[in-house]
This record gives sequence, structure tokens and C-alpha cells, in this order.
Amino acid sequence: MAVASSDTAIRTGRIARTFIYLVLLLFALFYMLPLYVMLINSVKPLSEITGGGMMNLPDIWTLEPWRKAWSEAQIGVQPTGLKPYFWNSIQMVVPAVAISTILGALNGYVLTKWRFKGDTILFGLMLFACFIPFQIVLIPMARVLGVLGLAGSTWGLVLVHLVYGIGFTTLYFRNYYAVFPTELVRAAQIDGAGFFQIFWRILLPSSGPIAVVSVIWQFTNIWNDFLFGASFAAGDGAPMTVALNNLVQSSTGVKEYNVHFAGAILAATPTLLVYIVAGRYFVRGLMAGSVKG
Amino acid sequence: MGFLDIRNATKSYGQVEVLHQVDISVDEGEFLVLVGPSGCGKSTLLNMIAGLEDITTGEIAIKGRMMNGVHPSKRNIAMVFQSYALYPNMTVGQNITFGLEMHGVAKPERDKAMADVAKLLQIEQLLDRKPGQLSGGQRQRVAMGRALVRNPDVFLFDEPLSNLDAKLRVDMRTEIKKLHQNLGTTIVYVTHDQIEAMTLSTRIAVMNGGYVQQLGTPKEIYDTPANLFVATFMGSPSMNLIPVKLRVDGNAVYADTKNDQDEKVSLPVFEPSATVKSCDGQSVMLGIRPEALTDPEGADQRSTHVERIRNTVTVTEPAGSDTFVATTIGGAECVARMRSDADVAPGRVSEFAFNMEKAVLFDPKSEARIA
Amino acid sequence: MAVTDPAVGASAPDFRTRLQHWIPKIVLSPSLAMIFVFVYGFIAFTVYLSFTDSRMLPSFGWVGWENYSKLWRLSHWEISLINMAIFAGLYIVVCTAIGLMLAIFLDQKIRGEGVLRPLYLYPMALSFIVTGTAWKWFLDPGIGLENVMHTWGWTSFSFDWIKNRDFAIYTVVLAAVWQTSGFVMAMFLAGLRGIDNEILKAAQMDGASNWNLYRRIIIPQLRPAFLSAFVILAHLAIKTFDLVIALTGGGPGRATELPATFMYSYTFTRNQMGIGAASAVIMLMTIAAIMIPYLYAELREKK
Repeated sequence: MAVASSDTAIRTGRIARTFIYLVLLLFALFYMLPLYVMLINSVKPLSEITGGGMMNLPDIWTLEPWRKAWSEAQIGVQPTGLKPYFWNSIQMVVPAVAISTILGALNGYVLTKWRFKGDTILFGLMLFACFIPFQIVLIPMARVLGVLGLAGSTWGLVLVHLVYGIGFTTLYFRNYYAVFPTELVRAAQIDGAGFFQIFWRILLPSSGPIAVVSVIWQFTNIWNDFLFGASFAAGDGAPMTVALNNLVQSSTGVKEYNVHFAGAILAATPTLLVYIVAGRYFVRGLMAGSVKG
Repeated sequence: MGFLDIRNATKSYGQVEVLHQVDISVDEGEFLVLVGPSGCGKSTLLNMIAGLEDITTGEIAIKGRMMNGVHPSKRNIAMVFQSYALYPNMTVGQNITFGLEMHGVAKPERDKAMADVAKLLQIEQLLDRKPGQLSGGQRQRVAMGRALVRNPDVFLFDEPLSNLDAKLRVDMRTEIKKLHQNLGTTIVYVTHDQIEAMTLSTRIAVMNGGYVQQLGTPKEIYDTPANLFVATFMGSPSMNLIPVKLRVDGNAVYADTKNDQDEKVSLPVFEPSATVKSCDGQSVMLGIRPEALTDPEGADQRSTHVERIRNTVTVTEPAGSDTFVATTIGGAECVARMRSDADVAPGRVSEFAFNMEKAVLFDPKSEARIA
Repeated sequence: MAVTDPAVGASAPDFRTRLQHWIPKIVLSPSLAMIFVFVYGFIAFTVYLSFTDSRMLPSFGWVGWENYSKLWRLSHWEISLINMAIFAGLYIVVCTAIGLMLAIFLDQKIRGEGVLRPLYLYPMALSFIVTGTAWKWFLDPGIGLENVMHTWGWTSFSFDWIKNRDFAIYTVVLAAVWQTSGFVMAMFLAGLRGIDNEILKAAQMDGASNWNLYRRIIIPQLRPAFLSAFVILAHLAIKTFDLVIALTGGGPGRATELPATFMYSYTFTRNQMGIGAASAVIMLMTIAAIMIPYLYAELREKK
């Protein structure tokens, strides 16, 4: 290969390279398979699937399953389709992402540029909160949401996702601001800028990349959440994932696989779009969650 | 009382005292350089003057006004940082005027001040650029502009030249010196580079281990270092230190050692003080700068106390203007600074001329200078 | 002239400085308050509940360790623990193996790396419910792979793991590996790209074969990536809930129950809140045993 000379020092023989390409392609197929199955079966009539044609291209192309999944399918007891639940998810995700990102940015700023005794321990406690099995908070959270009158509502879920998302957003901004030159903050202090002026005028204008990471991470996590949605908002206020699960698991009537697949793609579309548009940042977010600093 | 007073200032982090009892008084228009190896506390002291770090005990006053606990922006100081700390999202012009804006100066005045400073530093054509588009030298100028525009009482420089390449560093050094001469500002300047310290300062504070080792003019520091640390830290190549034994003979005092042929060498100490005379028979360190240890023809013609000894040359390092010659006297590695055309070759015995007027003596135990 | 008591040293700072001193803490406090109440307060509450006779609703009759001893006698819990061991063990090992292999292969100056990498990673962006739905029907013997093979003429082909009590847990592993192995690949790839090329060149000068280069030089340097991968995967494994719900619903029978689904069903559908709380506490302890040393080491190093 012409390019093999430059960066990596490792050279491989021809047979080895063929093998490597083969393996890589096989895995590409493996990763693509479920998406292919979902897409192809969401645009064919149910009879083609039950007739053993799951892997085949449709004989008859139809968007009917999509329409049905979106606006007609029976979710729970109502034949509303997934549409209202999609909007529930949007209403939940937007404020939760916005608030947790803003708070994370401020926290990260404080924890790196205004350090005080014990700040690392406090941060450790915030960070650990990201990794707890959420089963441990389900019971009291259900009670508290009940007391606050937020049970079953979108705002209740906003609160929940805000609380359990702050650790991650703080982690992102903290790691990002940790390498932001402290001399700039000192210079601004000497120039007479205060806490918020420094944040607003000096740090925030340079925070674009990490804000994108934080927003994408929070968006994906909150959109994809099932446990909190199922526990605290199972009825009309349910988010998309819960509604999709209800659709797929419903035991009444014929199983409309094509509608299920269409519904699954509908539920996956927002996060997939984000991934396609800003995959690079998405990956960076994943990495920051594991290899810090 | 000076213009900037540091009185008994100490700094501790928890139980650890990192800066011990610093007492420095700086007059208006002085250029004080804090020099020392990394970790000596010089930057901590500068940050304490700036108000970026608290003072643990003692006090710092500017123009007689106590500064302890006063916010950095209220001290009327300006600082140039090692990384320049230019705000990356603002243009050069905005960088320069940010401090004025924060202090509530009206736009027309800000623009005028900016124009003046830009003219002074010749950066007018850069005002609309972002820091990322500037070269190292240009950034350095902008950082100085940001400091100048505030017209502060004291300028603080934190290793401002260490990020520049060698050539530019020399140019900017001259530039800073010119600026100081023209504007007569009071400057406190931190560096680890002893040449910068020597060339720029009106006074130097040599620091090590959280202590001010010596405070004095560049000439005092260079010619009469207070102790072994200052002697070896300042000057390049550093001062030669030869272990000798003092021998009092009437009014004269001799420093006895051996050359590398195992022959006894007696170097008469120049104008020995009473202290030196009381040290008969003691082992001390004879300090002599490379330029006071030369070939006989290159020796200082005005000096009346040039002593010659014969010794073997081990290595020669021609540096163009001079030739540095390494040799071993009294068991110590020494470097002599000879004329570039001095007739020396490795392995050959040559004559070395000691200018004893420039020699100093140290007590090896206390490391302090005794003469 | 400044007149101060030298014994006091620093005089009282001016108002603005003092305010500046407090603002950061004020800004941080709402987040901290939320974390302390909703995380640590709730943990304490759940721990407390695990010692009470709570059933459908929290109640405060103290029963000591009874819930825990009941829990450990439940075959349902035992099944979910065994499943957890199988699932977590296979999931971590397989994800790490596939991730490392793909990363090493992708690091060979592969044409089209830019296309392959996102293909490997996109599953991570999906909800487990979506993943579960897709695999559920794909693995369903009635309409999925088995049926397809039959219509393609391979009539003896049989793949009914998802309906088989002995094998259903492996389908959960399959779907989970599908979802996360690409992410592990990305972690290892970042580790590989971070290795100094000069070391590799030096090793080649020393005559190391590719195999030895990886075995002796490169893989040992990936230690941090291995550690991070393990911690992330272990914690994801213990938290696995949605995937099981969507893929098998815990079945057939109890064949794919995990602690997370156990806790959920005991707490919310079987009205055994005390036992549910006890199981949640055990889950938390397990994760804490993995995460706390890791976080401690990470935060200490960063100083």
C-alpha cells in the first residue's frame, strides 16, 4: 500500500492484510445486520415477513407500517401511535439537556478554576453518582415525585434526568477546563473581571466543542433511557422508549412485526441522526466517560 | 519606605512553608529581577504581589497602601504571563482594552489608550487579529500592551521570554529594557535565566529553597556572591571552585593547593581581611570566574595580582570569540576562558593565569563567602 | 503608611474579594444539594428500607437482616445471580476480545477506516429497547433467522436459543456485545494511537516480529485502556435492564432474569419492596467495589 510507509511503524504481509480486511468486513456486516433487518422489514407487508422473507428485499414496498407505528398503533389501551410519546420525549429531553449542561459547565468551571479544599472529594461524589445502579434510588424517587405532584409527568422525568446527568456534564467540563490555561483566568482577574464575567467572556466562548459533547451525550442518554421512564411515567406521560416497548410487548392481537420495526426506527432516529451529524463528538463523549483526562 | 514593600512575607501550604521571611523594598523606577531555579518560590512571590495568592504572614504594600487581601484588580498592577495569557476569543484590540472595560472606562478613552499603546509597541496593524494568528514575538508585544494600557504602578513579568526562540528572546530582552528606560516604570520580573537577570535588572534577588539568598545590584551579585549557591547559579560557565588550605605568613595569606603534576601551588590572597587572617590552616573554597582564569597574555592588564600556574589541558571548547579550556586544579574541574587564538591543546601542559583580585573565598561548611 | 498587627498578618479582605471567595461555592451548591439528596440521601433511604417490612409501600417496621436472608434463599435471586455471572463474564471477555482485535486490525492503515469505524460504533447510539426489539424478532425461530434458513432450503437448520431456557441468556450476551463492542474498539484504538511510534520503530530495529511487537510492546502499554474497558463493561453489565426487558422479558420462564430485573419486579409488581431494596443494595455494593478504587486512582493521579 502506498500509504503504509508514513505513520505506523507496523508492516503486514499480503495474506495477513487480506485476512484483516475479511474480518473487518465480516464485522461490518454483523453490525449492520440488525439495522438492515429493521429497515427492510419496516417497508414490507406483514405477510412477507411471516412467510419467511425477513432477509429479502420487499416484493411490495409500503410505508403503511411507518404510518401505523406513528399514528395508529395501539400503545397500552389507546390507538394513538407513537406520535404523542415522541413529543413526550422531546419535551423531556430538551430542558433536561439544557439545564444539566449549563450546570455542568458552571460546576466544571468552579472545580478547576476556583479550587478549594475538598473539591476533589466533592467531585468524586458527583462522579460516583453517575455510576450507581439506579435501582437504588427508584423507591425513594417514586415517593418524592409523588409528594411533589410530578409522578407520571414529563417534568418529573426532567428532574430525574437532571439529577443523574449532572455528574457526567460536570465531568466533561471539568476535564475540558482543567487544560484551559489558568493564566487566562488570572489575567482576567487582574484585568478586573469577576467570577461570572470570566466565565462568560473568557471560558464560555472557547467551550463550544465540549458543550457539543455534553449535549450529545445527555441527549442520547436521556432519549434512550427506559428504566426511569418505565418507573415514573408509564401512562400518557411515557417517553418513546417505554411506548415502543409497550407496542412490541403487547400481547393482544396479531404481532405486526413490520410496525414494530418501523417503531423501533422511529425511536432510534433522533439519536442516530445525532450520531451521523456529530459522531466524532459522540465518540469523544463516550471516551471521556471512561478514560478521563 | 520604598515604592513596593515586601515585609517579612511568608507563604505556607498547609504545614509546609514554601517561602520564608522575604524582605524586599523596591524603589520607584527600579527593575527588580527574581531569579532562581524552578521551585525556588520566585513565582509564588510574584503571585503574592499580584494578589493571585494569599500572603500567609507578613505584608505587601504598594505606594504605602497595604495590599493584603486586596483583590488583584484593585492593586493597580499589571502582569505579563509566561504563556502571555491572551484571550483566544478576542481580537488583539479587545485583549488590550479588556481590563479598561472591566474597570468601567468609556469606549472613546479606551480606544485612545489602545491606539497609544499600539503605536508605542508597533502593533497597530495587528489590532483586528486574533491571538491565534500571531507569532510568538507579536503575542509577547500584545501581552505587554495589555499591561501598559492600564498605566499601572507596578509591572509584573512572569518568565515572559521563556516561550520564545533564542534569537527572539535576545531581541525582546532589549525591547523590554528600552521600554523600562523610556517609561521609567517599576518592574518586578521573574526568570530562571541568569543572563536575563543580569542584563535587565537594576537589582537582583537570587532565590533558592524559598529563601532570598542575596539581594543586590547585578555587579554585587556577580563579583561578590554571598554564598556558594549564588556563586554557582549566576554566571555561565559557572564559577570555578577549588579546595584550598589557607596559610598565614606575616601580613600575607596564601591559598595552598596542588596542580595536576602534584606540585604545590601557593596563590596569595588579594588584600586579606582580618577574617581571612584568622583562618590559618583552614580548608576553604577558592572561587574564581572563568574570565579571571586565562592564558597569561589574555590576563587583565590592570590587575596587579596575576598568578601563573602550569597545568595540563584536558579539553578545549572553541566558542568563536573565546576558547573555554578545561583543566583539573586541586582535584576540582575548572574552566578557563582564554583568547580564541591561545596556544593550547588537549593533553599539553599550559600556563594558566589567576587574576587574584577577582578571587573569592567560601567557607565550605556554612557555604557563606568569607572574602 | 500601612499600620497592621504583624501577628495577624493578612487584614480582612475587602468586600468584593470576600464575595468572590463565596460565589464559586454558591454556584456549586445547587448541584451538590441535588446530588446529596437524590443520590446519597436516597441511597441511605433504600438501605434503611432494606431493613424494614416494606411491601407495596414503604413501611418502617424494623426487621433486621430478614430481607437479606430471605433474598439469599430465593431461587429466583439465585438464578439471576448465576445469569449475571454468565452474562457479565462472557460480555466483558467477548467485548474486550472483539474490541481489541478490531482496534488492532483497524490500526494497520486500513483503507476505508473512516467508513468502518462509524459502522462499528453506531449501535452505541441506540436505545437498548431498539436493540432488543431488533434482535428479538431476528432471533425468533418463527419468523427470524431459523425461518429464513428454512425457506432458503436448509430445512434442518435450528436456532431457537431465545426460546430455550438453557441458551436464552447467550442471546442477551449476543445483543449486548453487538451494542458495545464497537465502543471498546474505539477505546483500544485511542490507546493504540497514543503509543509513541518511535518505540515501535526501535522494537522493529531490535528485530521484533509483528506478533512479538503486539504481545511484548503494544498490548502491555494498553493497560489503562484495559482497565477502563473492564470498569465500564462491568458497570454496564450490572446495570443491564432494558435490554433484557425488550429482548426476552426475563424469560423464557426466569431464564434471563438479572438482578436489575429481579429488583424491579419484586419492588413494583410483586410488592416485596423490602426484598427489592435489599437486592438494590447488593447491586450498589458490587458496583461500588469496582468503581470506588477506580475513581480514587483516577482522581488522585490527576492532582
